[in-house]
Amino acid sequence: MKNNLRETIYFLIFKTSAFLGIFILLLVLLLLFISGYSVIDWTFLASGWQHRDIARGGIFPAILGSIYLGIGVTLISFSLGVGTAVFLTEYNKNNLTRRIFQLTIRNLAGVPSVVYGLFGLAVFVNFFSLGTSLLAAILTLSIMTLPWIITASVEALESVPQKFRESSLALGASHWQTISKIILPAAIPGSITGGVIAIARALGETAPIIFVGATFYLSNLPSSLFDKFMALPYHTFILATQHSSPLATSYAAGTALVLILLTFLLSLGAIILRYYYRKKKDW
Amino acid sequence: MTLGTDKLVQHLSESLPRWLFAATAALTVILLISIFIFLFVTGINAFGSIGLKEFFWGTDWNPASFHTPSWGIFSLILGSLMVSFISLLISVPFGLSIAIYLAEIAPPKTRETLKPVIEMIASIPSVVLGLLGLLFLAPITAGLFGLSNGLNAFTASILVAVASLPTITSVSEDALSSVTYKFREASLALGATKWVTIKKAVIPAAKSGLVAAIMLGLGRVIGETMIVLMVAGNSRALPSSFLDSVQPMTATIAIEIKEVVIGTLHWQSLFAIGLVLFTITFIVNFLADLLIHKK
Repeated sequence: MKNNLRETIYFLIFKTSAFLGIFILLLVLLLLFISGYSVIDWTFLASGWQHRDIARGGIFPAILGSIYLGIGVTLISFSLGVGTAVFLTEYNKNNLTRRIFQLTIRNLAGVPSVVYGLFGLAVFVNFFSLGTSLLAAILTLSIMTLPWIITASVEALESVPQKFRESSLALGASHWQTISKIILPAAIPGSITGGVIAIARALGETAPIIFVGATFYLSNLPSSLFDKFMALPYHTFILATQHSSPLATSYAAGTALVLILLTFLLSLGAIILRYYYRKKKDW
Repeated sequence: MTLGTDKLVQHLSESLPRWLFAATAALTVILLISIFIFLFVTGINAFGSIGLKEFFWGTDWNPASFHTPSWGIFSLILGSLMVSFISLLISVPFGLSIAIYLAEIAPPKTRETLKPVIEMIASIPSVVLGLLGLLFLAPITAGLFGLSNGLNAFTASILVAVASLPTITSVSEDALSSVTYKFREASLALGATKWVTIKKAVIPAAKSGLVAAIMLGLGRVIGETMIVLMVAGNSRALPSSFLDSVQPMTATIAIEIKEVVIGTLHWQSLFAIGLVLFTITFIVNFLADLLIHKK
């Protein structure tokens, strides 16, 4: 009886914790919505930023900047990440180098984003003289997401059953035919879902882009990769901490709301994709 | 002749992808190794010029001082450790409870819904948590403890705990779920209740994975930048209580890097702080990795 009671109490605590998790997520959304929804309208979303009178302007340049970043990071870190993962799992026969490599990659995934920002500043902005620019920011965030994408892709490739490879080779297909026709199609959905979540996280990162190219006020939209750019997380940060207007906090919350919707839509999309892909998977 | 070309094409179509993938992998390795090299080369000068003892034990960080700049990062390290400690104090029990519920108790449907929720928490940008801290949490802690403002280590820790919750939860859930079913069945067959089974059979078997989860959580909180930058108060004085303002290492880099002249000792010393962060997180992650892949 005493044991049963204890069990009931513990299980209740565990269950409450789990639902507290949902509560936190909802609370974050709710509080952001309360503080930010009043500023969100068409002008806010679609027009340029007005530094003097923030009520007249919008955050379109920041939305566009974040989208440019997302596209750039996707192109670079996906191609490098999937390519590296294919080499590791399909070509590299040496188990030791593969293990060392994977260990390093997994550890780099835990290095703080601010350190990647320092690296980007030293290497892309200064050493390669790209200046504080969209390109420097894309490269920095790409390197930061690279370990996440490689890890997701390696997992996806490793989960393709060995018999797929053997059957294909036994039927006379070459190594490359096996990889391109059998293994990659089976593994790509897995690496895409992992990758999209990584991109969503990269889009929410603020610290690295402070160093390498984000700016608060732009008179023009960026027209080349070497221009400075505005981005949603940095815009939120400046409005929240360094803007004197009494309206600044609600504009910060409005910007944050747009940012979180963007990252949530991406993550949710990836999660749903993964769900259907797992259901469809017949191995 | 045609046979020769065919063979060449066939040969190329096999070896070209191989070289391409090898080159990609090589480029990735070079990029990732160069992170360490750049930090090391830039930061190591600072260790030499400042002296290791003064750098790590000095409690006064004031590199921009006009008269005698001081280079001690002890207060900054202490700030990082304080925030890490309190936030783990919150997120470890909380995260483990969620993990136990998900892995052992929840019905499959609930589990399928809850796991994505935890993943969504992971994708809340930290600048958003920082903003909510400024708007809501800081006024609450200020009122609660009678402070002039709520920007201190304690407020920041609560938000950092939220940010580290998904890491701790998902890694420990993996650890619990990967315990073989035989353990549970054997324990239940011996007449143990479900809770006793979890406590005496499942958790001990998953112990190394659970420790790894805590270490990965530590890596996550010590590297958190935006929340501490916005909410921890940015005071470089040596903190004496959890309600003092602190300026952890990450926030120091973020605040000062834009204002320093490239190549100066100040610039190098910020890279040295970056190197310290890199080393701490690398070691923590490395140990966690060993624990997870122990078998």
